Amino acid sequence: MSFEYKVTGGDFTHAGYASSQVKKMLKQLGVDSTIIKRVVVCLYEAEVNIVAHAYSGTINITLDSEIIAMTLADSGPGITDIDLAMQKGYSTASPEVREMGFGAGMGLPNINANADTLAITSEPGTGTTLEITINLNSPAA
Amino acid sequence: MKLEDICSVLNGQLICGSDKTNREVTYAFASDLMSDVLTINCSNLLLITGLANVQTIRTAEMSDIDCILFVRNKTVTPEMKDLAEELGMTLITCPSTMFRASGELFRAGIKPLF
Repeated sequence: MSFEYKVTGGDFTHAGYASSQVKKMLKQLGVDSTIIKRVVVCLYEAEVNIVAHAYSGTINITLDSEIIAMTLADSGPGITDIDLAMQKGYSTASPEVREMGFGAGMGLPNINANADTLAITSEPGTGTTLEITINLNSPAA
Repeated sequence: MKLEDICSVLNGQLICGSDKTNREVTYAFASDLMSDVLTINCSNLLLITGLANVQTIRTAEMSDIDCILFVRNKTVTPEMKDLAEELGMTLITCPSTMFRASGELFRAGIKPLF
């Protein structure tokens, strides 16, 4: 199965819609609740990152009985130093994003903690792509 | 502790989820930082927050949190209420500060996570 969702930068009203849809789908498929939570935490953090930092983005989800793969590609400022961005507490979020309860430099580390694999590629001035996979049959991260 | 008892202790107002006031809550976590909430792994949890926007509801959804207590009489918008009802959540507002609400609930037997 595969699904695609569009994300609009700055649209905090609809941020989380894709994550919500994926959560409902995984529940219907009978996936273990611990794994569902890891998937949606990764996806939601990444979705909010697009809303918070990028101009627009696309989420592609593919899954089979073994694995769910989530690719989030955005058009935006990109990340200059990915190692720095992965450090807890580092953030370039605007005051507006912080007022929404995000932008504390916890998103990427939290994704990394919940994903089985995480790959980040970015071109400053162009955009960022996150590739996240989670094994649907092993609860441990 | 039942949600109806939480309302009673804090002079809280039930915004939605009136059919779930018998639901028991064991733990509470107080935060305005949604990224922090997303790191929590616990069921049967009450979120105490002063952050009132749609993303508060979304964060609770992703964290498997079914009940949110908004302190300082924060306004729950129609969009927040609609989403919470769709997700089967209970929303409560109360006039207390986060510190007082947390203290009163701790005294009443709600457990901290850490």
